[in-house]
Amino acid sequence: MCLAIPAQVCELLADDRARVRVGDVLKTVNIALVPQVRLGEFVIIHVGYALERLDPLAAEQTLALLHEASDLQPRRAESANDPNGQERTDEIH
Amino acid sequence: MKTSQPVAAGHPERIELVHGGGGRASAQLIERMFIRAFDNPMLQQKNDQARFDVPTRRLVMTTDAHVVSPLFFPGGDIGSLAVHGTLNDIAMAGAEPLYLAVSFILEEGLLLRDLQRIVASMARASEAAGVPIVTGDTKVVERGKADGVFITTSAIGSVPNGVDLSADRAQPGDQILLSGTIGDHGVAILSARDSLGFTSPIRSDSAALHDLVKQMVRQVPTIRCMRDPTRGGLATALNEICQQSGVGMLIDEQAVAIAPAVQSACELLGLDPYYLANEGKLIAICPAAQADRLLAQMRAHPLGQGASRIGVVTTDPQAMVELQTALGGIRLLDWLNGDPLPRIC
Amino acid sequence: MKYIEEFRDAALARTLAQAIGQAVEPGRTYRLMEFCGGHTHAIYRYGLPGLLPKAIKMLHGPGCPVCVLPIARVDQAIELAGRPGVILCSYGDMLRVPGSDRRTLLQAKAEGADVRMLYSIDDAVTLARQLPQRAIIFFAIGFETTTPATALAILRAQKLGLSNFFVFCNHLLTPAALDALLADSPNPGSWIDGFIGPAHVSTVIGTAAYQQVARRYRKPIVIAGFEPLDLLQAILMLVRQLNSQRCAVENQYHRVVRPNGNRLAQDYMAQVFCLRASFAWRGLGTIAASALALRPAFASFDAERHFPLAERPSREHPGCACPAVLRGQLDPAACQLFAVACTPANPLGACMVSAEGACAAVYAYGRQPLREAL
Repeated sequence: MCLAIPAQVCELLADDRARVRVGDVLKTVNIALVPQVRLGEFVIIHVGYALERLDPLAAEQTLALLHEASDLQPRRAESANDPNGQERTDEIH
Repeated sequence: MKTSQPVAAGHPERIELVHGGGGRASAQLIERMFIRAFDNPMLQQKNDQARFDVPTRRLVMTTDAHVVSPLFFPGGDIGSLAVHGTLNDIAMAGAEPLYLAVSFILEEGLLLRDLQRIVASMARASEAAGVPIVTGDTKVVERGKADGVFITTSAIGSVPNGVDLSADRAQPGDQILLSGTIGDHGVAILSARDSLGFTSPIRSDSAALHDLVKQMVRQVPTIRCMRDPTRGGLATALNEICQQSGVGMLIDEQAVAIAPAVQSACELLGLDPYYLANEGKLIAICPAAQADRLLAQMRAHPLGQGASRIGVVTTDPQAMVELQTALGGIRLLDWLNGDPLPRIC
Repeated sequence: MKYIEEFRDAALARTLAQAIGQAVEPGRTYRLMEFCGGHTHAIYRYGLPGLLPKAIKMLHGPGCPVCVLPIARVDQAIELAGRPGVILCSYGDMLRVPGSDRRTLLQAKAEGADVRMLYSIDDAVTLARQLPQRAIIFFAIGFETTTPATALAILRAQKLGLSNFFVFCNHLLTPAALDALLADSPNPGSWIDGFIGPAHVSTVIGTAAYQQVARRYRKPIVIAGFEPLDLLQAILMLVRQLNSQRCAVENQYHRVVRPNGNRLAQDYMAQVFCLRASFAWRGLGTIAASALALRPAFASFDAERHFPLAERPSREHPGCACPAVLRGQLDPAACQLFAVACTPANPLGACMVSAEGACAAVYAYGRQPLREAL
């Protein structure tokens, strides 16, 4: 529920830490919740901790949808980065 | 400008209570640290006061206390901040600053080399501005009673004929101009504080604006008012003018420039740049007919290159500032409520 | 700023607002609640109400962990701050929240308590390590977004063998609050048509966590990101669901939120925390299984065990209408105290104490009738 912001991992450090950057601002954060994160990936930062990785393909898909605002229904799509091919939308009736 | 005499071997490294006692140690500190650095004929007379003639025009006087922590930050220090800030208070009246006075409250234990650095910075600022520091005072308090050093600066200036700047003069239809980016000083200070743990290339915008102001009032004497958005940021300064003039304002968010690094730092920490201090920027309210000319004049000056028209004064019995967001929505730009604390939510 | 600015594009926002305008059925009102206080703040900060068609009525939910924290807990934090040798560390949000006698942590600091604002609980662990002779107590608040950080900090303190690090735990759970919000009524949730689900709580708990609520109360839930385009797209998705009478859980923020959330974060939370039987939420009343406490295994880090605190009653201002405002049943401006006696500078109730509380957001951004968007 709270303020969290995408930041790019630019250096992996000891002790579950990484240096990330938002624009030209650098911060050292804790990456214990995303231990597999790689250099160059984007993570969501909240109170000094990376909560999750940002999926660039999903971001592109969202932006593409936004650009086609007259589209009838959001398309179901699989993320290339997600090996489990998890659904983007969950539907129940 | 001569620099203060360096601390010689065998001399104390730190300020001690005796430095404020009025005796020999005091006199030596004043002579070697302050008078040598600020160096001008009035100060050399070593009286308790400075005597001078004044032009037969209207005078303005201002005073400011500076208690910033940390003492040193990217783009400045408490010393240059004090000099610039007080010169700007004079300038916001459209006046030409004439003389500065400065008083120091030094904390026992302050490193003399830190004090030297601060004093040198003040001397540079004063010299660059062409405004001498002609009188001063020093006191020392016990360890823990001051954050290293508190500086109070006062100044007098003279207002040219035909110039009448006052915050109660804004009228509906007037244009609102801003001289550059906002939030730089606030972020620079925060980045120098360990507790928030981020690094950024942002430097304080601390600068003396009186020369820019001089060009501006010369070009457009009918400027209604000017204000530098220091504590409380742009939002507070705009609201103050609204309240004093009994008008409203409509601000265009897209016209307010914010440096990308300031934006990033604010996003990261949950801060709003509209409420962060600026120490080298000004707002000018001027009649619509002269706005283009004034804007061009500002942009021609090094300290106004980023100037833009950010909004218009409106009729509003509630004296509120409205902001048209970049998305085209409208919302209030309210007063600051308390200190701008970083949010997690 | 990558992945931020693209989602603030003004032209796209206008197109989306138009699409929403075209999608709404004539004569129909869509009452949509954004649960999360951060979303409330974003909606007002970008001026979205003025961009949306009148058919869309935004209701503000109770997802503001500062707002729903009982006054008694603030009193207890202030009391802890006053204990000898204690350094009370807190996120910025809590420092100006008044307790029962109108005192705040900032005022306690002015009176001599050692109160420090930190950006991260991790810094409190570091502080404890640096100052072994002081007791470092962290005032932990927040929903599931913030809880994993506290879990990790406690585990780190354990690994370092610290005996002077404590957490005053006030972590809350979102699904329980959603359920309580809807259940507590003879006609459950009749005043709400659909929900905008929280972005970063969902990042941790996943979207599956909302299915039970959507199913039980037959309300669509769309998880939305924080940026204005995310919110607008989510509103469009909700309108479309409502038009076709669907009540699904959809994920607009799928660039970050995964259906199962962050399992590792959930595991750490489960390792360190257990459920309190019940917790008194400010404005919402007592809710069962809605808040967390430290497990017995971590008792040595639990401030409530180490520093006995008196139970205190929480007394609210008699005219305060927060219970209704928190549920989205009353507009902030309709409360008699709003903007008169109750302001951000002098907050009397839950919804005004935090910048993202419904009343504070409306006060700061929209308390006067605003001109039509240009």
